[in-house]
Amino acid sequence: MTDLSVNFASIRAPNPFWLASAPPTDKEYNVVRAFRAGWGGVVWKTLGEDPPIVNVSSRYGAVSYGGARMAGFSNIELITDRPLEINLREIATVKRDWPDRALIVSLMVPCTEESWKRILPRVEATGCDGIELNFGCPHGMSERGMGAAVGQVPEYVEMVTRWCKQHSRMPVIVKLTPNVTDIRAPARAAKRGGADAVSLINTIQSIVAVDLDTMAPEPVVDGQGTHGGYCGPAVKPIALRMVAELARDPELAGLPISGIGGISTWRDAAEFIALGAGSVQVCTAVMHRGFRIIEEMQDGLANWMDEKGYAAIDDVVGRAVPNFVHWEDLNLDYVTKARIDPALCIECGLCHIACEDTSHQAIAIHREGGRRRFEVIDAECVGCNLCAHVCPVSGCIRMVAQEVARPKRTWKQHPNNPDRREAAE
Amino acid sequence: MDEPASITATPAAGALTGAAGPAGLFSDLHPPLSHDEALVEANRCYFCFDAPCLHACPTGIDIPGFIRRIATGNLKGAAVRILEENIFGGSCARVCPTEILCEQACVRSAQEERPVKIGLLQRHATDWLMDRELQPFQRAAASGKRVAVVGAGPAGLACAHRLACHGHDVTVFEARAKSGGLNEYGIAAYKLVDDFAQREVAFLLAVGGIRIEHGRSLGAGLPLGALQRDFDAVFLGLGLAGVNALACAPAAPLAGLRDAVGFIAELRQALEPRRLVPGRRVIVIGGGNTAIDAAVQSRRLGADDVTIAYRRGPAEMGATPWEQDFARTEGVRVLHHLTPVGFVAAGGAVAGVEFMRNRPGSPQSAGERVTLPADCVLTAVGQRLDLPVLDVTPRVADGRIVVDANRETSLPGVFAGGDCVAGQDLTVRAVQDGKLAAEAIHRRLAGIRE
Repeated sequence: MTDLSVNFASIRAPNPFWLASAPPTDKEYNVVRAFRAGWGGVVWKTLGEDPPIVNVSSRYGAVSYGGARMAGFSNIELITDRPLEINLREIATVKRDWPDRALIVSLMVPCTEESWKRILPRVEATGCDGIELNFGCPHGMSERGMGAAVGQVPEYVEMVTRWCKQHSRMPVIVKLTPNVTDIRAPARAAKRGGADAVSLINTIQSIVAVDLDTMAPEPVVDGQGTHGGYCGPAVKPIALRMVAELARDPELAGLPISGIGGISTWRDAAEFIALGAGSVQVCTAVMHRGFRIIEEMQDGLANWMDEKGYAAIDDVVGRAVPNFVHWEDLNLDYVTKARIDPALCIECGLCHIACEDTSHQAIAIHREGGRRRFEVIDAECVGCNLCAHVCPVSGCIRMVAQEVARPKRTWKQHPNNPDRREAAE
Repeated sequence: MDEPASITATPAAGALTGAAGPAGLFSDLHPPLSHDEALVEANRCYFCFDAPCLHACPTGIDIPGFIRRIATGNLKGAAVRILEENIFGGSCARVCPTEILCEQACVRSAQEERPVKIGLLQRHATDWLMDRELQPFQRAAASGKRVAVVGAGPAGLACAHRLACHGHDVTVFEARAKSGGLNEYGIAAYKLVDDFAQREVAFLLAVGGIRIEHGRSLGAGLPLGALQRDFDAVFLGLGLAGVNALACAPAAPLAGLRDAVGFIAELRQALEPRRLVPGRRVIVIGGGNTAIDAAVQSRRLGADDVTIAYRRGPAEMGATPWEQDFARTEGVRVLHHLTPVGFVAAGGAVAGVEFMRNRPGSPQSAGERVTLPADCVLTAVGQRLDLPVLDVTPRVADGRIVVDANRETSLPGVFAGGDCVAGQDLTVRAVQDGKLAAEAIHRRLAGIRE
């Protein structure tokens, strides 16, 4: 039987599926419901200093695409708006009642050592498994010198991380903002500061939509809007790249990564884990469909691992990282050609028009007795794969690798590269 | 028109309940899509290149183009895209046999046997525009040319509308009291509810430049030669005025025996149609959509037992397979391979029909006779041109007016289209004829070379 349990930076959990610090983890009530549903851990919604912040109404915006709701999601909510004492009391209760689950507390206080020294012992006293430093919140808090305002300055990241390690014994996870040019810089700073792990990505600064009637960014608050934090399925590719970037960085070797960003299914989770995540955090998907999605995520992941012969999560972590290379390492002599299965073709013509208008004029239409047949012109096909993506029929267009006589050449060896290095004899 | 008064207003009518019951008589066959349903359905469209559905539409509506506009919330753009090719886009959305036209060609039919609901999406867009009483068309500068159109059905009005848009003045001569042709008089009530035919005509006429003279039919009072002289061009959208009679029709009138076309026309115009019951046991003879319409209407009006009897097999029926299934789900029995050979009469009223059973695959008799009881028999065995005696007459072949690709008849400057010329007897085809004729007339009047 597949073992889904994880030991992530000394934090144990029955499965790698955690809830990210966000509205679903704001209260005992929600967290207990999540644990009952089967979630392996939660990162409690970010605590701050009293008096609590005040939130606005409304708080969320969303991108619907092609009829699919919440393909992208955005929020302008801040950290918890409940008094610190209430949160700490509930955290202690939940941890006592659910000892096998990971319970991590997200924190954000002003960037002074005193503030951190004050809150850390109180959090540690709850018995929680660790803390996550919210250096990512891109709105509201950053304008007060917290959240992303810290996360965008590696020196601050390192400094605050160090304070947390000095003033507590808890494992420290540093949550990174994607609103930077090089995600490795804050991650390396976290490691220098003594972080036990990093988690990423936090939300991306965004304007999710403009209400064209009121002429205000959404979500609209009394006729006006502000930038929010973007998340949901649409951000997954950005998050995957950033996770992988850290996973392959030699300077960060051994630093556990908790993957976050648009994870909705077991497959999303498996992809993050394959690119180096030791646990994953979910938010938008449960806000869309409720905590019960954990059931499918667990058995989907277990079934896939079973099928592939992976006994434990650690067998999967980072498995795709060696294949995430720089462009110059790709084989320039690898050639594929599109192959259209006429038995599956429904004659929509999308492959033809995509190739004709925007690519290489490599798909011809033959009109035969009221039917249309589409044929790949091999001499023109560069194997770009666009036709296979636009085709609405699964398996109708396949990219077939061609026999190439030459040995593999990368850009580093290619004659067109003025700076090429000859392969060593 | 003279309609035999064999529909009886009976006090017992209210007590009769058919499959759908009297309440279902005027309920929409396909209720309109809600906003959300339309979005889901519009997003199912793949926006095919050189789309098969477009080629399958007799009026060539840019179907992927209008559906994409629905998906993006551009309802006005969607409606205009439809109406600029087919000014009867609203009624075609309701009455077109989409299952043998655009929706049959939809690539999703091949992929999953579930085409995009093109007809309902077309209705969604055109309803949006008409409900807001927006007028998207503007007339070109007045040309000073005058065109006569005979017949205010889909062919005639489509022609008139297109000519009016080009700046010509159009006079429409219509025999009946109302415009709309078969949309008003010939289509089952459940396909065009809420007086849609009249609302659509009003929408179409609102562009201006079209005058309709009712009670004017071609003949001695309106000679074709005179129209040719008095107008710059003439379009004939006459429809089919005559109904075919059965070979075995009795010499003397028989109460309870009438043609289905007249029955539907009377029903459509009745002030209290719910009180009109054709009979308790109805036999409809024929296999086209008129037979289906008449049978289903009879059932919805409360007839206990409705049978369609057709002389050949299901594949030969003019009604589409969808229409045949629809009739069955409405509680209509469909019998095949039966040719009527005589009537059973009792006291001057029909009491039954005697049929000869045919061999499948041929109208040849198999020798067996079958008698079915009935107190009402509706014949739906086709319609015919029945041109009146005219001063000049266009060439007619196989019972239809002969036209060329421009829809011009053998008489110079006289064009024709719709059911009075050869082709599929569909509203959408009539609209296309009217449109093509209007463009050809316009080119000629404007001196544009072909």
